[in-house]
Amino acid sequence: MTRRAVARTLVYLSLIAATLVVLLPLGVVVLTSLKTENETAAGSGALTFPDDPLNFDNYVTAFQDGGMLTAFGNTAFILLVSVGGTVLIGSMTAYAIDRFTFRFRKLVIALFLVAALVPGVTTQVATFQIVHSLGMFDTRWAPIALYMGTDIVSIYIFLQFVRSIPISLDEAARLDGANAFTIYRKIIFPLLKPAIATVVIVKGIAVYNDFYIPFLYMPSQDLGVISTSLFRFKGPYSAHWETISAGAVLVILPTLIVFLALQKYIYNGFTRGATR
Amino acid sequence: MTHAGTHTPARGVGKAAAEAVPSASGRAAPSPAPRRERTWRLLTPWLFLLAPLALLITFTYAPIVNMVAYSFTDWDGVSPELHYTGAENYAEIFTREDLFQVFWVSGYYLAASVIQIVAALYFATILSFSIRFRNFFKGVLFFPSLVNGVAIGFVFLYFFQDGGTLDTVLGLFGHHSDRAWLGTPASANVSLAGVSIWRYLGMNFVLFLGAIQSIPGELYEAAELDGAGRWHQFRYVILPGIKPVLTLTVILSVSGSLSAFEIPYIMTGGATGTETFVIQTVKLAFQFNKTGLASAAAVVLLLIILLVTWVQRRLVPDDRVDLV
Repeated sequence: MTRRAVARTLVYLSLIAATLVVLLPLGVVVLTSLKTENETAAGSGALTFPDDPLNFDNYVTAFQDGGMLTAFGNTAFILLVSVGGTVLIGSMTAYAIDRFTFRFRKLVIALFLVAALVPGVTTQVATFQIVHSLGMFDTRWAPIALYMGTDIVSIYIFLQFVRSIPISLDEAARLDGANAFTIYRKIIFPLLKPAIATVVIVKGIAVYNDFYIPFLYMPSQDLGVISTSLFRFKGPYSAHWETISAGAVLVILPTLIVFLALQKYIYNGFTRGATR
Repeated sequence: MTHAGTHTPARGVGKAAAEAVPSASGRAAPSPAPRRERTWRLLTPWLFLLAPLALLITFTYAPIVNMVAYSFTDWDGVSPELHYTGAENYAEIFTREDLFQVFWVSGYYLAASVIQIVAALYFATILSFSIRFRNFFKGVLFFPSLVNGVAIGFVFLYFFQDGGTLDTVLGLFGHHSDRAWLGTPASANVSLAGVSIWRYLGMNFVLFLGAIQSIPGELYEAAELDGAGRWHQFRYVILPGIKPVLTLTVILSVSGSLSAFEIPYIMTGGATGTETFVIQTVKLAFQFNKTGLASAAAVVLLLIILLVTWVQRRLVPDDRVDLV
């Protein structure tokens, strides 16, 4: 009995330790973001509380000088278009592959399968040239096209779902004279709602957090997304930890709100997306 | 929704669908379909696949083909001139000490992945049993994997700086270090690999947790009746039950270690010996205009990752869901 109690205590201790390891670095940054410039310059320790816990000046500085408003706008635009496109493209692909028999079907499937193994980071050297020749460099369309065109995970998620929709529904509609497009629009797409929710969440988080593609394809100051705008804090604010911290908190906050609101869907989405 | 469970019947439906489509339409129209309708039916799937395939070929396959082609040239990515140089770029990658050493940096990230997988497995196991505040702990462990990489980079730059979070915490325990954590190659790489554990542990943990929870409860009950303790339950029920997810995670970790980029690039920019393979490739291509050499490097990385995946497929017979 005592051995059990010891084991239980150790388990809880390990969980508390892990919680500290996760939350401490984040908590310190929140504290730092509320300090004044004089406080950080005077060497206020990482774990000391700010003199005025309601000092939001740094947030104003970060938001205005850091171009965060433009960044959130650009991110929102890219997010909406690319997530919408991903949903359409993924569901269309899944519908075509699952509901039709056609020549080269196996080849098409293989193309999508192999593409899933290629890490996007490695091919950017050559992708860059293609994006450039299409005239998309330094426009918002470069990341949108890349996010839409290289998302194999969402195709998997839709495919699993299309399979579970009984074929008899299609057949009944076809007897009523519906063609393939009507079936896709009126039957398949509405029934895909749970899969669409999953794809929107997983893809949305990935696009919101992506750094490399916007960094590479949108160097212009006014085309900053949240990742690249935050990254630009590094130069002018390099010693101003209070401003950098405020910028980081501004970027993390929406993620935290979405996570707390949609916890259940997020867990399911990632589990389903990864173990394909 | 778990995979193994829902897939088998659904797959049957798919197969049936393939056979049912022609026969169903045959039943609907007793006379043979006119020619135009047949062409139309052959075209339909391609109309749906038009946009997806165009994007896939433009942004995945064309770059791969071009990349392989560039890798045999000395192209700088801008000038109209390029010369065919044979396998020279490849020879350079494997013989130039300064180019090859980035592979050793991957070692730090590989070691970190091992720690990460073991820790994720431990937390997933204990949180699959009844624990107080279970959802809170689950959320805390998972949250870092949703956070923006640039924000994480800044959080940890402050964490590791002189007199930053880490030094302050160590000071509480009476250990006053005045070392610059990101100052020497070994220490900097260990620190960066540590950040990647902090960032990705939650993702592995949630995958394992999902797999463990899809193991039928009777198995545990049977094991408990046989007098198996927690350790035996883990060893003989959980481990075999999550083997597919475990092997998938190992593969993803290996390719992730080789293509580590974001955290080191944001935090140190590859300074003080923290340059990874991908940082080097990006610098070769976009700073030094050595498109040929960078392409060769990217091809090497791609081949390694495909090889690792292939080895995994050979070692673990395909128990994953395939598309067809």
